[in-house]
Amino acid sequence: MNALRATLTLFAKECRLEFRTRELLTATVVFSLIIIVFFNFAFDPTPAEARRFGPGLLWIAFFFAGSLMVNPSFAREQTNDTLDALRMAPIPSFAVLSAKMLANMLFLSIAEAILVPVFSVFYNVSLVGILGRLVLVLGLGTIGLVTTGTVFSAISAHARMRELLLPVLLLPFLTPLLIAAVSTTISLFGDAQELDRTWITFLIGFDVVFLTTSWLLSDFLAEG
Amino acid sequence: MASAAPSAANSGLGIRFDRIERRFGALVALRSLSLEICPGEFVALLGHNGAGKTTLLRITAQLMRPSRGSVKFFADNAAQEIPFTAVKGRTGLVGHSLLLYDELSAEENLALFAKLYALDSVPARVASALQACGLASRAASQVRTFSRGMRQRLAIARALLHSPRLLLLDEPAAGLDRQGLEWLGATLGHLRGDGCTVIMSTHARNESLDLATRAIVLAGGRLQQDTGAGGDPRPLLQELRAEA
Repeated sequence: MNALRATLTLFAKECRLEFRTRELLTATVVFSLIIIVFFNFAFDPTPAEARRFGPGLLWIAFFFAGSLMVNPSFAREQTNDTLDALRMAPIPSFAVLSAKMLANMLFLSIAEAILVPVFSVFYNVSLVGILGRLVLVLGLGTIGLVTTGTVFSAISAHARMRELLLPVLLLPFLTPLLIAAVSTTISLFGDAQELDRTWITFLIGFDVVFLTTSWLLSDFLAEG
Repeated sequence: MASAAPSAANSGLGIRFDRIERRFGALVALRSLSLEICPGEFVALLGHNGAGKTTLLRITAQLMRPSRGSVKFFADNAAQEIPFTAVKGRTGLVGHSLLLYDELSAEENLALFAKLYALDSVPARVASALQACGLASRAASQVRTFSRGMRQRLAIARALLHSPRLLLLDEPAAGLDRQGLEWLGATLGHLRGDGCTVIMSTHARNESLDLATRAIVLAGGRLQQDTGAGGDPRPLLQELRAEA
């Protein structure tokens, strides 16, 4: 079976499992909404402060949402050792990994689609005129987040304290990505509403490097 | 329940274990085990708990690498090695775990694996497998609602879906009722007749062992007894049954 077809088959399985239980999406969206709403009431920022500090808050919410979301990706396969069944199937190991990445990308994008308008309303930050470029930044940041997160989910799946271990492992690796994503979003929310090309290039580079690395390590990662 | 016999015409796979050893830290699960299993053999793999049976099956399924030694696969021509990638889609495993998704229905589980094995006529094949294992009426029910015996039957149906040429069974009778055991026996009988290589780890009282063409006993990770290819396993099985 070719890699693309296997990926799509497994992606459909991941979606079916999640949309049947809705455990991850509900918990993640509620948790991230709480962060955004609480910070708004705690600091009561002016529009200028919101444009300056809001991107950091937004990406912290995405980071926590992402780390909550990727955590069960491989842990879920341990219930009945289903990863063994996938490893025995005549499919490339990367198909297992890429299907989980695609599913996490979809779930996190849904969470972002809910969180960004709420952020815009609570922090009085207008998205008119920058929405397309913001989607680009969110897309590049989210690819990096879920790629790295899914890889670490595979690594930490057998650890006893994986819920704690995953964010601890993930944050140092994601710090450059978060800095780039926050900086790009700040420049986009600024008066000039510009897209910082240097940081965008960095985000693309980060995504390419981690996607390639995950592809190269997929055999090892699928062993769980 | 009807029996599910694979119809593939090609022969079973042979396996050559060459001085394999498997360590888990200080624990040695398999010690310098050398063994050749010919295509089409039905091997009863016996031994006490911790003898190394599951480890040997997992190494055969390529889910675990030996710490030392090598495993090679072949078909009719023993000199012609089959690459691991080619063996992958021709092996079936019924393990201690079910290898099924609890939140998917029986039908969805089988359809998922049928697609991953690139089988044709997926709906018809899935329906036939569910009919064979007696779960057609519960096709749309999620696996988590099944009893232990029903789950085990589905796990066996999943392992047989792609007509494997090497079937690895680790305590396949666990949880099966009388009807389920009869179905398992009939299914294994068909597989043996079809030339599929079967390695079944179980206790000596399992009636399906009457189908075995060879018996191997492991103890402490070592090969203790082997009736050999073409040998008669019945005296050894009777002896073990009497002990049990």
